[in-house]
Amino acid sequence: MDTDHLQRAAPPAEAILGYASYRQTTPKVAARSLSIAVIGSGGAGAMRAGEILLEVAAKAGFHGLMTRAMGPQIRGGEAAALLRLATAPVSSLDDRFDLLIALDWANFARFAAELPLGPDSLVLTDPAEGAVPDAIEASGARVRPLPFKDLARKVPGGRTNMVALGAAAGMIGLPAPLVTSVLADQLGRKGEAVLTASTAALALGAEAAAFLPALPRLAAPPRDQAARWNISGNQATGLGALAGGVRFVAAYPITPATEVLEWLAPALEKTGGVLVQAEDELAAINMTIGASFAGTPALTATSGPGLALMVEALGLAVASETPLVVVDVMRGGPSTGIPTKSEQSDLNIAVHGLHGDAPHLVLAPNTIVDCMRTTAWAVTLAEALQVPAIVLSDQALGQSRAIAAPPALTGAVAQRLTAPDDAPGYARYALTPSGVSPMAIPGTRGGTYVADGLEHNPRGAPSAQAGDHAAQLDKRARKLEGFDYGDAWADLEGTGEIAILTWGSPTGPAREAAERARTRGLAVRVLSLRLLLPAQPTRLAAALAGVRRVLVVEQSAGAQFHKFLRACYDLPGEVAVLARPGPLPIRPGEILARLAAWE
Amino acid sequence: MNASVPMTAQDFKSDLKPIWCPGCGDYSVLTALAKALAELGRPREEVALISGIGCSSRLPAYTSVYGFHGVHGRALAVAAGVKLARPDLTVLAAGGDGDGLSIGGNHFLHACRRNVDITYLLMDNQVYGMTKGQASPTTAPDWCGSKLTPHGTGVSPVAPLHLALAAGVNFFARGFAGNPNELARLIGAGIAHPGFSVIHVLSPCVTFRPEQRGWKQAVRAVDATPASDPAEAFARFAADDGFTTGILFAGDRAPFMPARAMTATVAGIAQGFAA
Repeated sequence: MDTDHLQRAAPPAEAILGYASYRQTTPKVAARSLSIAVIGSGGAGAMRAGEILLEVAAKAGFHGLMTRAMGPQIRGGEAAALLRLATAPVSSLDDRFDLLIALDWANFARFAAELPLGPDSLVLTDPAEGAVPDAIEASGARVRPLPFKDLARKVPGGRTNMVALGAAAGMIGLPAPLVTSVLADQLGRKGEAVLTASTAALALGAEAAAFLPALPRLAAPPRDQAARWNISGNQATGLGALAGGVRFVAAYPITPATEVLEWLAPALEKTGGVLVQAEDELAAINMTIGASFAGTPALTATSGPGLALMVEALGLAVASETPLVVVDVMRGGPSTGIPTKSEQSDLNIAVHGLHGDAPHLVLAPNTIVDCMRTTAWAVTLAEALQVPAIVLSDQALGQSRAIAAPPALTGAVAQRLTAPDDAPGYARYALTPSGVSPMAIPGTRGGTYVADGLEHNPRGAPSAQAGDHAAQLDKRARKLEGFDYGDAWADLEGTGEIAILTWGSPTGPAREAAERARTRGLAVRVLSLRLLLPAQPTRLAAALAGVRRVLVVEQSAGAQFHKFLRACYDLPGEVAVLARPGPLPIRPGEILARLAAWE
Repeated sequence: MNASVPMTAQDFKSDLKPIWCPGCGDYSVLTALAKALAELGRPREEVALISGIGCSSRLPAYTSVYGFHGVHGRALAVAAGVKLARPDLTVLAAGGDGDGLSIGGNHFLHACRRNVDITYLLMDNQVYGMTKGQASPTTAPDWCGSKLTPHGTGVSPVAPLHLALAAGVNFFARGFAGNPNELARLIGAGIAHPGFSVIHVLSPCVTFRPEQRGWKQAVRAVDATPASDPAEAFARFAADDGFTTGILFAGDRAPFMPARAMTATVAGIAQGFAA
């Protein structure tokens, strides 16, 4: 084996001996999951290495997820691929990383807080990049040199991220041929030379890995492998829109929602739909209103600043009873905030942002794959109830990838109650028992009417009369309140007198915390709300029956979810709140510690 | 409606009584629009008229076609959504100078350049009538008739023709509410012309701008065939005072309409995620 590179990199003999002896003494514990971070300056390819590693793990039969930590720079800046590979489905990052591969330390300080390490962690550093940062030293993690640059230079066109990929795959024990084949799939179109260089760099990384301390060995993946997907939350949202029946999208690019649109543009084109890039968010939502008025299920995707611009038109959609879906992939706010990082702080505007009494739907996916199910459900609900629905995804779900079981494509698509041709005495806003009245789609003979943001009478004629206002307000409230939302309103798991009450992306760590608590003998149930508006007090009371303590978990400094719960629900027993802002994800251990305080 | 009976202008009016002041130019715009739609000959249900907020934006309620009366300034965005979702419909938008050039100015710009096949009635009375008489983007800088701007706006007015040409409009005509037959002809020509067509209507506000009664003497018909080259139209109308009526520009850009196909199923696309 060629070990020149190692010998040049560090006091060689001791190092190698040290590694070897360490390796012999390291117990080979079969781990349930393994957490790996690859970091580097933007352009170093850390993200690429992470994506390939995730795909290789998927092909090898593992589950897992990968989130991205990035700075605001378009090119350059910092980038980290944060992975967790596991033998069973996971929906959260772990408390600490087992392995941190630093291609360089150039911008480490900017995301050090997102890379928790401990004494069991292993850090690989390139000696050519200088000393490891103090924060790394302070963590107590083991640090070992690996000369990514020198190794990459041995191969014409070799890149450090491929060396890192080879090292990581080797240490995890992922089969080399699998890595090569995934590499060929992903880099094949870049040409033979790139692939050859990458493969060679990969091999050098894998060789070097043999001399590094062993990681906890991942247990073998289950033998009978059901189909699994490798999908991001934003892609899942796009797929959910399509599966729910959306065939018109108008939107304005915004981080971190743009991938929803990038995925939908070609997908809509192939399925008879249209995506329009609008001049701003005001145009985007008004275009979706127009398309929906014309009979096509329509959606727009944005983030907080865009949602703020759309709020007036959301009121129009409520008043004119025009169904549509707005996906808000939340980021740190207020204002421009932290565009590339996650937070759950748009709940208030989603719930309360509209002026007037404006009943509407607010939903939230709680896993990467659930982005599909929840978005599809939002489309069908919006269509059935002729109302706008806001879907609160977030950056942590949207820009993360999961290897997970594919969601069922139920085939349930939007069903709007429409008026037939020549309906006698047709009145668009007729006061029906359910509150939903047949909508005449342009083209329907004898159905012409004016959809209006002005208050109106049942025929749609503008009206400022108290009676019409009361009747239409009641109709619009009734159709949401009387509808049976079924079991999908929330996910309830476990039993016990302690409940974690949460929504959105913190559901993943909450589930894991509950699972860990159960192994300690503490019964914990988790209730994650998918349907935020309208509130479901009867269902929540049933779900929390027998609960004495409730821990509310959310990623908002102002405890927006807790205040929302207090306004809409009676919470049983003692209530504690774990609420803090983004961008740091809420970790399972953090929730567990809070639960343990009750033991 | 019996399809064999030719439709009249009256068939395109609703039974609602307009809220407009007596003598408002908008009555004539309604008359001209109804006449143009009758001449177009499409059934009422195949036409959609979209508006924003303002006196003129009340127009859809007084017609018998499908209408959408939305929020202030966004009529063109709603109209684009209707047309892109349903290319089979004849789509019109209507609104005032404030709705279209102030709060909706950005959408006007992008509607011109996007060139979706919509006909837009820009009903210009150089004043905000619904809020009782404030200056609009087309008001002269020295108009002192509003308590908000007692010394005049001091701001240059927008010339809709020049703005539209600069933004890439595909058809621009100017009509006068005092000549509804000619206006009907211009609306019909706008509908027939592919792409985004602006019908700039001089529609006097007799309540807050009574001096606009004098527009009858100011308007004059254009005496040339319309230019199809924007540069030529710019040159021809560089010193235009805003009272030249007729078709002032007729371009030949292809309308915007994204291609769509049915080459895949959702389940088939989803298979792309298989690990």
